Amino acid sequence: MLSLYRIPAIIYTQLSNKAVIFTLALMPFLRLVYLAMHNQLTAHPIEYIEHSTGFWSLAFLMLTLSLTPMRLLFKTTRQMRLRRMLGMFVFFYATLHVLAYVWLDYAFSYDEIIKDVIKHPRIWVGLIAFTLLLPLAATSNHVSIKRLGANWLKLHKVVYLIAILAVIHFWMLVKRDITEPISFAIVLFLLLAIRLFFKFIAMRRKQR
Amino acid sequence: MQPKSDIAPSDITPRGVFESRRDFIKKAGLGLVVSAATMLNSPIMAATQSNTRLPSRKLKSISTAYGRGEKLTSYEDVTSYNNFYEFGSDKSEPAVNAKLFKPQPWTITVEGEVRKNKSIAIEDLLRLAPLEERIYRMRCVEGWSMVIPWIGLPLYELIKWAEPNSNAKYLEFVSLHDKQQMPGQNLPLLDWPYTEGLRMDEAMNPLTLLAVGLYGEVLPNQNGAPLRLVVPWKYGFKGAKSIVSIRFTEKQPVSSWMKVAPREYGFFANVNPNVDHPRWSQSTERRIGTGLFASRIKTQMFNGYAEQVAHMYTGLDLSKYF
Repeated sequence: MLSLYRIPAIIYTQLSNKAVIFTLALMPFLRLVYLAMHNQLTAHPIEYIEHSTGFWSLAFLMLTLSLTPMRLLFKTTRQMRLRRMLGMFVFFYATLHVLAYVWLDYAFSYDEIIKDVIKHPRIWVGLIAFTLLLPLAATSNHVSIKRLGANWLKLHKVVYLIAILAVIHFWMLVKRDITEPISFAIVLFLLLAIRLFFKFIAMRRKQR
Repeated sequence: MQPKSDIAPSDITPRGVFESRRDFIKKAGLGLVVSAATMLNSPIMAATQSNTRLPSRKLKSISTAYGRGEKLTSYEDVTSYNNFYEFGSDKSEPAVNAKLFKPQPWTITVEGEVRKNKSIAIEDLLRLAPLEERIYRMRCVEGWSMVIPWIGLPLYELIKWAEPNSNAKYLEFVSLHDKQQMPGQNLPLLDWPYTEGLRMDEAMNPLTLLAVGLYGEVLPNQNGAPLRLVVPWKYGFKGAKSIVSIRFTEKQPVSSWMKVAPREYGFFANVNPNVDHPRWSQSTERRIGTGLFASRIKTQMFNGYAEQVAHMYTGLDLSKYF
């Protein structure tokens, strides 16, 4: 019989189930496809797709970065198995984001794009973040982990820089109402602060 | 023996009160009938009868040659994608949050460097000159554009009525400041009320329009009801909405956007493909409603109205006075 007190444990188990998370993580994309098919992407569909994919790549980045703090705070490890998949969803939505810009917005007219990138810090900050994401996505597999060894960990620390750049990129877009970028900045700050705090504790322990 | 009444004399309603109460009930009943009758004619009823259009009244106007042949942006897009921070910072919010806004009754005051401060009711303002329909391109500083069939009267008609004195060099437009009706004003996004400004020659230019309607109807609330400014050769934010006051000044006014971001928004804000905004490219624009795979179009100098307005800016360094 199902006991009520087991519900949190069941939710936790299910939320660390890869198939469940995969399906959930695909929802923002399926929603866009649905809205596009029903002509409901607002009056400015390209901007809507750009904003939506940008939002979700940032959201998945925050989720990916929250797994370790969760382990440190609650001593749970099951969620760690989701890290690679969530990381790949960051890459998936970021790629859609860049595609929407390069393809839908600028129809691959590179001279226009280069002008836009050079003139607007918002764009080049985003572009640097995306470029840095490429090697991480390319090495998110067992073979690379084995081959790179200790360097793999070093390489993947770049994700912190990517996160900071991505939040700045969002912040620079917003005209006046900075509620959303500031929320992302606060979440990112907490996720990094928790890591630093535990690192600090561990260092103190070693010294003794 | 008479039974003792358990009603105290003080409980008995005096005749006068009793009668006035009946009168009140009668009047209230009549009032209900009257209001029901007006309801039949009201925008709310119109809205329930046809749900394709927002509650509105038809507005008669004379057609003009302005923008003839331009492909119009759909009514749906014009009324659902609005930068109107008084009703929320997301462009989908004004259409929802402005539903309960009351654009009537409405008066506009003219103040400052005028012969005499005075005010005019919106109904009287509509009679200052025949209403014209004009199709104008609207270019937003964010890099998108629309083509809108406005209804309104040239601003110079109101200026003539206002009788500015010789000190009047600029006009400042002040939008309504009412937190009750405009929920966005509870956030410190801008220094409320919204203000914008024009130089006298710009305000007197025949292109400058005081719009009171679009698509043959009175302005929907989210588009700046009941009265807004339309300056088609300038970026959209110059078009102050829900205007309550026009001040004639000697000094150049500082607009709301200039106050919060002077590096990004200048006083002139003329559409100019050669002067970039720090965030958005101004050389091209996206026309709303052209679909997912349409390409961007080239932005024209003064939004394509150079012939009518360029003469006002000869000798002015447009990259400095952006």
